[in-house]
Amino acid sequence: MAQKKKASQPSSKTLPKAATGIQGLDEITLGGLPRGRPTLISGGAGSGKTLFGLEFLVRGAAQYNEPGVFMSFEESIPDLTKNAASLGFDLPRLAADKKLFLDHVLITRSEISESGEYDLDGLFIRIADAVQRVGARRVVLDTIESLFSELPNPGILRAEIRRLFGWLKDKGLTTVITAERDRPDRLTRHGIEEFVSDCVIVLDHRIREEISTRRLRIVKYRGSTHGTNEYPFLIDEQGISVLPISSLGLDHAAPAERISSGIARLDGMLGGKGFYRGSSILISGTSGTGKTSVAAHFVDAACRRGERCLFFAFEESPRQIVRNMRSIGINLQPWVRKGLLLFQAARPTYGGIEEHLLVTHKRISSFQPSVVVVDPVTNLIMVSTANEVRSMLTRLVDFLKTQGITSIFTSLTAGGGPLEASEADVSSLMDTWLVLESIEIGGERNRALYVLKSRGMDHSNQIREFLLTDNGLRLLDVYLGPEGVLTGSARMSQEERERTAGTSRRQELESRQRELERERRTFEARMATLQTEHEAKEERIQQTISESESLGKEASKARGQMVRSRKADASAYKKEGGAKAALKH
Amino acid sequence: MSANKKKTRARPRKPAPRKPEIWKLRLYVAGQTPKSIRAFANLKVLCEKHLKGRYRIEVIDLMENPQLARGDQIIAVPTLIRKLPQPVRKIIGDLSDSMRVLVGLDVRKED
Repeated sequence: MAQKKKASQPSSKTLPKAATGIQGLDEITLGGLPRGRPTLISGGAGSGKTLFGLEFLVRGAAQYNEPGVFMSFEESIPDLTKNAASLGFDLPRLAADKKLFLDHVLITRSEISESGEYDLDGLFIRIADAVQRVGARRVVLDTIESLFSELPNPGILRAEIRRLFGWLKDKGLTTVITAERDRPDRLTRHGIEEFVSDCVIVLDHRIREEISTRRLRIVKYRGSTHGTNEYPFLIDEQGISVLPISSLGLDHAAPAERISSGIARLDGMLGGKGFYRGSSILISGTSGTGKTSVAAHFVDAACRRGERCLFFAFEESPRQIVRNMRSIGINLQPWVRKGLLLFQAARPTYGGIEEHLLVTHKRISSFQPSVVVVDPVTNLIMVSTANEVRSMLTRLVDFLKTQGITSIFTSLTAGGGPLEASEADVSSLMDTWLVLESIEIGGERNRALYVLKSRGMDHSNQIREFLLTDNGLRLLDVYLGPEGVLTGSARMSQEERERTAGTSRRQELESRQRELERERRTFEARMATLQTEHEAKEERIQQTISESESLGKEASKARGQMVRSRKADASAYKKEGGAKAALKH
Repeated sequence: MSANKKKTRARPRKPAPRKPEIWKLRLYVAGQTPKSIRAFANLKVLCEKHLKGRYRIEVIDLMENPQLARGDQIIAVPTLIRKLPQPVRKIIGDLSDSMRVLVGLDVRKED
């Protein structure tokens, strides 16, 4: 919503614009060329000026119902028609439909001499006639400056060209004027840019390290804001495509949906659910660590879900990838047959970095995948500088994110160097970064994987060894040794050690238990003995007690009898007797 | 040899204009502007002086027949075209410099 407002405001408030229909250009110009005003397209030989003009008219006629007039001062009509046909424009049909009028202005210097003042009313009349015939809203003058070499008296010519531009403006015709740029310090050969004050666009075709790049820059655009960068553009069988560098902002949606990486245990490392949809994933590693295999797993999983995948292969041919992945149990061929998987393979050196980016854009736009793989992205550095690759990646990642496409980039790290530092530039663009390593311990190399970062999810921090088996990539359990994670044979011996240690511990435990049991039994036996002894003692004591009690009674009885018989101590018995007497009373 | 060749090349051209006698001239103008009136007057004077009785002038006003401009590749006006004798020659401007007109039309030597 906010974006829509932004886009419509400047065009409605400041300046009406005529959309060119040229891919990407309307984004940079925020709507197109100034409507009803002339625009100067300046560029060197072969920079695509004529094509720019042609496409402006063809798209105007076909897409915006604005017929056009093409005044060619250089190429003949048959030549133009032929050239346009190679780019997919059918000029004769448009002409027959009265949507386009082509006029070739041919002047032969040798035939002409001059005597006295003249003006260009003839040209005015020709243009006016052509405009009237098709009801044109757009005019292209390609390249009007060639008149300077054909007509005498440049002073008059300059004044007349100035008058022509004014006249075209009065008529409200959106005009494209092309001009040849012969020196870098000026825009046109004869300085006609001073008559075109509204909009100037420079096209450039440069060769660097044997690779050509076309660039476009808006030098000025009066009354309108516009992108000021140099934008790469491409001319192919569909005409011009301009690639906006920064028109895509950081306002893409962030889906919360998670998708599987195709490797169950890797999903486990990524918070148990896998990657975020629409995120960018970097898989980096030295050569032979299995980057493509990890990517292939993801592709396979996506295709199983019925999603479309686009695989940009810069290193291997599609058939080679399919064959190699079959060796680890991933069969990509059915997906290719079903049309779910599309390979786009090319050597990076076939074009400049922008060309790659544009091709990438076009393929993505036409195939509409939900997963894109670039394997490996580092190969592009071959054709450009690291800085340019980063800027390309920024644009590509932004583009993919706006489209909600999940992207995997593999990156080849040079062995030995500090891994994180070497890719610091790229990493900030990436949401998830998997690092594949080759760990060297005990005279062998083993593959390991870890999640260096993964934005917005709880992820494992462990380094995990993995194997490439016949059934795909398999993550193994973790064994930590004194020098870090144990891999390969070291892991196996550790596993063995742990198994043996486990057995002996168990045995020891069992023997201890048996000992305890024995002790318990001994204890119980002793207890029983003691109990019997104790009981015997008690019995004996009881017997003694009762014996002694009965003896005592007998003795006192006998004593009493003896006392009574002896009447020895009456008082001793008074009590007894008194008590008895009292009882008698 | 080379001098001879030059002569033979130049020769058929020179007698050629004489034979047809009639000069077909066409003057393109755009409306009755001072420039076009001046051009026609200048041409008339010149023809009377140098081509009396063997010229024909056709004036085409592009304001009335704009489609004719394409046929003769007219962009500047006034433009004078010598249709005959061949080859076609064009002179642009108001024809005020009669010397240049005569050179341009290649009539100076006719006298």
